[in-house]
Amino acid sequence: MSWVGHYNYWVAIFLMMSGFYVVISRGNLIKKLIGLNVFSTSVFLLYISMGKIFGGTAPIINEHSQKFQLFSNPIPHVLILTAIVVGVATTAVGLALTVRINERYGTIEEDEIRAKDDSL
Amino acid sequence: MESVVDIVLLSFLCITVVAIVYIRKLFCAIMLLGIFSLLSASLFVTMDAVDVAFTEAAVGTGISSILLLSALALTHTREQRPPHQPYIALLVVVVTGAVLIYGTMDLPRFGDPNSPIHRHVAVRYIADSPHEVGPPNIVTSVLASYRGYDTLGETVVIFTAGIALVGLLGFRRRQEFKVRLYQPMDKKTSYAENSTEDGDEFEDNIKLPGANHMVLRIVGKMFIPLILLFALYVQFHGDYGPGGGFQAGVIFASGIILYALIFDVETAMRVITPKGLRLLAVAGVFIYGGVGLVCMFLGGNFLDYNVLSAHPLHGQHLGIFLIELGVGINVFAIMVIMFYTFANRKRGSV
Amino acid sequence: MSHLPILQVIIPLLAAPLCIVFNNRRIAWFVALCATWASFGVSLLIAQQVLQSGALSYDIGGWPAPWGIDYYVDSLNAFVLLIVTGISALALPYANRSVEQEIDPRSQPYFYSLLLVCLAGLLGISITGDAFNMYVFLELSSLSSYALIGMGPRRRALTAAYQYLVMGTIGATFILIGIGLLYSLTGSLNIQDISYQLHANNIIGSGNRTLLTAFAFITVGLSLKLALFPLHLWLPNAYTYAPSVITIFLASTATKVAIYMLLRFCYCVVGSESIFQLTLGQIVLLPSLAAIIVSSVVAIFQYDIKRMLAYSSIAQIGYITLGLSMSNHSGLSAAILHMFNHALMKGLLFMTMGAVSYSVGSVYLTDFRGLGRRMPFTMGAFIVGGLSLMGIPMTAGFVSKWMLVQAAIELGWWDVVILILIGSLLAVIYIWRVVETAYFNPLLELEEEEIGEAPLSLLIPMWLMVIANIYFGINSAIPVEFAQQAATLLLGGM
Repeated sequence: MSWVGHYNYWVAIFLMMSGFYVVISRGNLIKKLIGLNVFSTSVFLLYISMGKIFGGTAPIINEHSQKFQLFSNPIPHVLILTAIVVGVATTAVGLALTVRINERYGTIEEDEIRAKDDSL
Repeated sequence: MESVVDIVLLSFLCITVVAIVYIRKLFCAIMLLGIFSLLSASLFVTMDAVDVAFTEAAVGTGISSILLLSALALTHTREQRPPHQPYIALLVVVVTGAVLIYGTMDLPRFGDPNSPIHRHVAVRYIADSPHEVGPPNIVTSVLASYRGYDTLGETVVIFTAGIALVGLLGFRRRQEFKVRLYQPMDKKTSYAENSTEDGDEFEDNIKLPGANHMVLRIVGKMFIPLILLFALYVQFHGDYGPGGGFQAGVIFASGIILYALIFDVETAMRVITPKGLRLLAVAGVFIYGGVGLVCMFLGGNFLDYNVLSAHPLHGQHLGIFLIELGVGINVFAIMVIMFYTFANRKRGSV
Repeated sequence: MSHLPILQVIIPLLAAPLCIVFNNRRIAWFVALCATWASFGVSLLIAQQVLQSGALSYDIGGWPAPWGIDYYVDSLNAFVLLIVTGISALALPYANRSVEQEIDPRSQPYFYSLLLVCLAGLLGISITGDAFNMYVFLELSSLSSYALIGMGPRRRALTAAYQYLVMGTIGATFILIGIGLLYSLTGSLNIQDISYQLHANNIIGSGNRTLLTAFAFITVGLSLKLALFPLHLWLPNAYTYAPSVITIFLASTATKVAIYMLLRFCYCVVGSESIFQLTLGQIVLLPSLAAIIVSSVVAIFQYDIKRMLAYSSIAQIGYITLGLSMSNHSGLSAAILHMFNHALMKGLLFMTMGAVSYSVGSVYLTDFRGLGRRMPFTMGAFIVGGLSLMGIPMTAGFVSKWMLVQAAIELGWWDVVILILIGSLLAVIYIWRVVETAYFNPLLELEEEEIGEAPLSLLIPMWLMVIANIYFGINSAIPVEFAQQAATLLLGGM
């Protein structure tokens, strides 16, 4: 039975789903973006968990790390570095849209925005 | 020991995320998100992902929080509605989560050295990258050389976000309105707190104390040069330890942003002009792409640094140095641009 | 060593920063124009080479495939590259006047820069052989399209862009999860290598639960991106409120590229013989049929014609995924061909919308009164596009729909055949509403203001599209050849 060794994945999944819940259940545009951030950061946790080796060390080869002989997998690290950047870029664009929406509608609540659109 | 730290951090993360779900005050939610990022960064360290931790701390805790707070200052500080359709959302989330947990059943055990991901492509990176690419930091080798093209994509992603912000928000000219002074963070807290009773409006005529805050000014003057120096260290030491162009760019930008926060945006914008930043951002992408093109003219493939010098390892070294520089310049410029576009926006302007 | 595959992407990618160097909208437009034409030229060369000598591959950074990122072009993605660059090469000349009118002059250089990034992103997705690289370029194209939609002239553009941003990011994150799970099973990110590892380690045959989940997430994520029926909510608003050029560009390219990704993942990773295709077919079949019928009905009741066409796009995507769900050779060829034809007809129709909105100011049904006389060329083009959309013989739309019907008959799915025909009838109804208003509803006396034909820079690209729609309806040998080669390739595995 291998699934006792999965707690890291499961906690990451719980965090992911909490973020996902915030995104789809909240009407506040900034709160949604916060949820998206939580969602993606937890996906990063999932990736990094895959790369971990028990007894391994950070994948930097120097005199200190020679005695370990076992390095955690560097690929997930590289992928997640890219994904973090993508995440902050998306947040920034989302915030810019939110600010503009607030200027044009005077609110950042989804239902109020919809009401204002419908009343036209 | 590792596992204990791991479990403690994971439980902290769970607590934070539950608080984020429940809290309605957006300011607190943003702060909690910062804590969430910092905790995940710590967790990344325990899982040996030092570069990722560094970036997450700089970006998730630093830049994201600043951007969110800047946007918050321009909008409303409190979520006004309870969640809509919470049950449908809950159902979707529970089903998705269940599918994912089902999917982890056949995943290799956490930390298992024999799982497929450690036995295929990664083996060559760990064994050969010191001879093939050079840098002791394998993450840097993979990031800049083996998968250097992804990093070009990443650089353009950040560039895109910057120009998207300028396209959407624009830099207002300074004559158009008096730039709102940016209050230091701690002051912003108290405004957010005070304002919750009577709606959530900032008063526009509040005297913002940033420019006259003695302690902040002195501490800032002491720290900003150190921050900039540290950024340069991170930039040029990325081959040997955690760090690299991206982190360096973010840290350098945060030095400038700190200056703008403590003194004022207008002065910062006079020193580091939007036009200059625009050109720097472009230059960053061009340095990266240019290295790739030069490789092509010298007879290699795009981004094949081996041809840059007579000795392939020297070529790799030069190539990585240059593209990290490009990334650093681009990220620095775009991060400051992002801050400017938000900071220069007047609350409620149309 | 041919550098064509990498040039395909880096020309627009590096031209994008160039657009904003001078902060001048004319220069920016000209740079964008040159870049799109150059990449169209490159894609023609690539297509020619692929047809002559088979697949091309290119190791970026000089690292061989599973270790580095490689570009891999076969007849399927050569075809997608042609669609994407072809449409953008026509959209850019069109953009000059249209953007001038719709976008704040100070933002225009940024607009063109974002447009090029979006193009580079779509091309990067289509050409790459690496799963994670695909994700990076997917985000590149999405991020720029959020901003581009948000630059639309009306305030609802902002909410549409925000909605798209949230749904698009959820979709992308799902794809990221799926790629991560695939990676954890195989240790590789290269699509061909993933497929090889899955087969070599007998992961496919054993009903691996992680593999199933990975595919579920990738499929759902991509369905969000390609606006498959119940997940299409972002699309109508995004297409309606985006600037005209962006609607033309995204409607004819972005969803096609997402469909391409779905094909690539489903057929090239798990292989054609596996049961995944059958399951996928069953899952996709119902939403596709629902898309065709429900969206067409909804389209009939729209008064904003751009919105009507957006709903029609969802229905057309339904035809494509229907072909996909048949998972046999003729169904797949029909689907791939319809990607091309849909790009042609929707590009054309949205170009006419752009022209109407340029001259009249908006595209409500009532604005079309008398336009048959006032804008004869634009409305003529609209009629050709409409005929193509309905699937009338001698137009491009007919060829692929006919192939789709044949494929359904081949499988004995008579009920599906009937539904396809009903879909076409519904298209007749919603196109007719516009034509009737334009040609048979007289103008009110009060409204005799000067509304003239759109300028030539809008009409020429539009009529080139008209010619393409008719030409590929009469002489469809080239695209059919491409589509069938691609289908053979998908069914034969990589």
